[in-house]
Amino acid sequence: MLEMHGISKIYRTDLIETHALRNFSLKVGDGEFVAVTGPSGSGKTTFMNVAGLLESFDTGTYNLDGQDVSRLSDEQRSRLRNEKIGFIFQSFNLIPDLDIFDNVDVPLRYRGLTSKDREQRIKSALEVVGLSARMHHMPSQLSGGQQQRAAIARALAGDPRFLLADEPTGNVDSLMARQVMDLLEQINEMGTTIIMVTHDPELARRAHRNVHIVDGQISDFKPFEPRDESPAHPAAGVAMAMAPA
Amino acid sequence: MFGYYLQLALRNLRRNPGLTALMIGAVALGIAVCVMTLTMYHAMSGNPIWWKNDVLYAVTMDFWDPQQPNDEKKPELPPTQLTYRDAMAVYRSDIPARKVIMHKAVGILSVDGQALKPERVTTRVTTKDFFQMFDVPMQYGGTWTDAADFGPEPVMVLSRKMNEKLFGGANSVGKRIRWNDNEFRIVGVRDNWLPLPAFYDVNNGSLEDPEDVYIPFGWNVALELQSAGNTNGWKPEDVKNYQDFLGSEMTWIQMWVELPDRAAHDKFKAFIDNYAMEQKKAGRYQRPLNNRLTKPDEWLKVNDVVSNDDRILVGLAFAFLAVCLLNTVGLLLAKFLNNAPLTGVRRALGASRRQVFMQHLVEVGVISTIGALLGLALGGLLLMGLRALYTFDVQDAGGTQALAHVDMTSVVTALSLAFFATIAAGLYPAWRIGRIPPATYLKAQ
Repeated sequence: MLEMHGISKIYRTDLIETHALRNFSLKVGDGEFVAVTGPSGSGKTTFMNVAGLLESFDTGTYNLDGQDVSRLSDEQRSRLRNEKIGFIFQSFNLIPDLDIFDNVDVPLRYRGLTSKDREQRIKSALEVVGLSARMHHMPSQLSGGQQQRAAIARALAGDPRFLLADEPTGNVDSLMARQVMDLLEQINEMGTTIIMVTHDPELARRAHRNVHIVDGQISDFKPFEPRDESPAHPAAGVAMAMAPA
Repeated sequence: MFGYYLQLALRNLRRNPGLTALMIGAVALGIAVCVMTLTMYHAMSGNPIWWKNDVLYAVTMDFWDPQQPNDEKKPELPPTQLTYRDAMAVYRSDIPARKVIMHKAVGILSVDGQALKPERVTTRVTTKDFFQMFDVPMQYGGTWTDAADFGPEPVMVLSRKMNEKLFGGANSVGKRIRWNDNEFRIVGVRDNWLPLPAFYDVNNGSLEDPEDVYIPFGWNVALELQSAGNTNGWKPEDVKNYQDFLGSEMTWIQMWVELPDRAAHDKFKAFIDNYAMEQKKAGRYQRPLNNRLTKPDEWLKVNDVVSNDDRILVGLAFAFLAVCLLNTVGLLLAKFLNNAPLTGVRRALGASRRQVFMQHLVEVGVISTIGALLGLALGGLLLMGLRALYTFDVQDAGGTQALAHVDMTSVVTALSLAFFATIAAGLYPAWRIGRIPPATYLKAQ
């Protein structure tokens, strides 16, 4: 469970102070799929960075999976990020001179897993996103949609509790966007909590609930309404969803 | 993780080959200049006969002007050389296990029946113990006998280089050769030998090659030889002929003794002190009694074989290294910050500050290692150039002894320098990159 209470984040320069988050409170339950929407500059990315332990906050409390993160050292925050959070970025953020296998390997390296264990996880994650045949391709050899699927595989390989997706379909065409969304839904159905920032109302409607941020505060809150969908074998569903177009 | 960091380092270095080359080049250049300067410094300040440091002594006696010391800057020191008559008197002592009196001269060398032009050669006019006292290696033959020293007998030892020039490197022992138009018989050929610095004679350039020719000391009188090095006196003297010169207060003879133990040292010291006291009675040695037996390391030190200029040069070399490393810091910062977005991704995926720091430090280590190796090679080339400039003859250097000693010190110094200096230079960029919040990198993406 992710629980923020009274969080505020202020960016300061010599001349101005920008309140990116003001008294921001949010609770996301296990297994939820939350879409975060809002206009540009409203604080969506700051919220994601704070949620992903990429940025600190000025006031408030933040409990991630029952742990108060405000008192953690950088080493502890990094370990928590590595073990419990997966990131999906709008621009994929694959490392250009590593092939797909090595890209997916990056978070596993920092976890200190054995080579055999890492290989197993990488292959399994790539199979889930339908990129097993492309594991030794370089990112530049893949389409935008494939790159985003590789990034999803990288986020999944560590078996995270939370998946934070910042505009995951922003850089792919509409067909690929639907496929990526299908994939995220399948992952959510396997039990992973997903928080997704998006500008696309159609994609937002596919989440369990929407959180609308304006000026660093939540302006609209839709309660969690669990969907009655549970595939017999999640991986089979994912594989179907990612069948080549 | 070290293996993984190493992989990443090599990958990153390949990503910006131009920047990488600049950094490695800057480190290598700084190291090379330091290696060259330090090697020269070691060569000039090292003790080339350290293994006999406790048994060899330079003999100096203070007979100088009663009104002023020989050296105003070091008034406590006697002159570095002896007068002929003092040298001859003290040489008669049988206390030392070995003893040598000597000076540098020049002569013209020629071989009858050979088309080679007569050649001007540096010559050491010396008693025979010179070779054994200073562990001078011989290629052919040996040295002359005691009787030959003051006979004097027309015998000579050639350097290996001169033997190669005159006889093509063949064993020339027994052959006849002319020195200043006097016939000498070759009894030995000195093998390669290059004591750096030339501790046994600090009056004639401590970086010069050893002499080409060695002849017995007794030829001084027979041929009325004079020193090719410094000849100094402290009072006006009426020197009309060579005999007057030999009896004068002019200093031009170097003297060394080999004293195997403390008892021999003390006994010989008492001997020269007694001699000085006798001379006082005869009106000489009017300064306070100040005779000295000085070990080679101390000898090099008190005679400023390593000058302040050399020390300043070492300082400048380190300053140059510092400039190179400062440039490297700038380049490293530019390189690391250029790759900051990728570092941000790694941070987002779970890399801690420490891990990012270590990753970049390994990259710095790779740069430092390559820079050091390149710097060593470059330093070697610079040294070769410098040796040529100083007319060092590497062939004659033989000095496997001296050069090996120098090289080992340089290698260890250079590697330590490269490692610690470049790592130190890379600490700040590596630390800095880990301190930037990962979200900043991700926004930059």
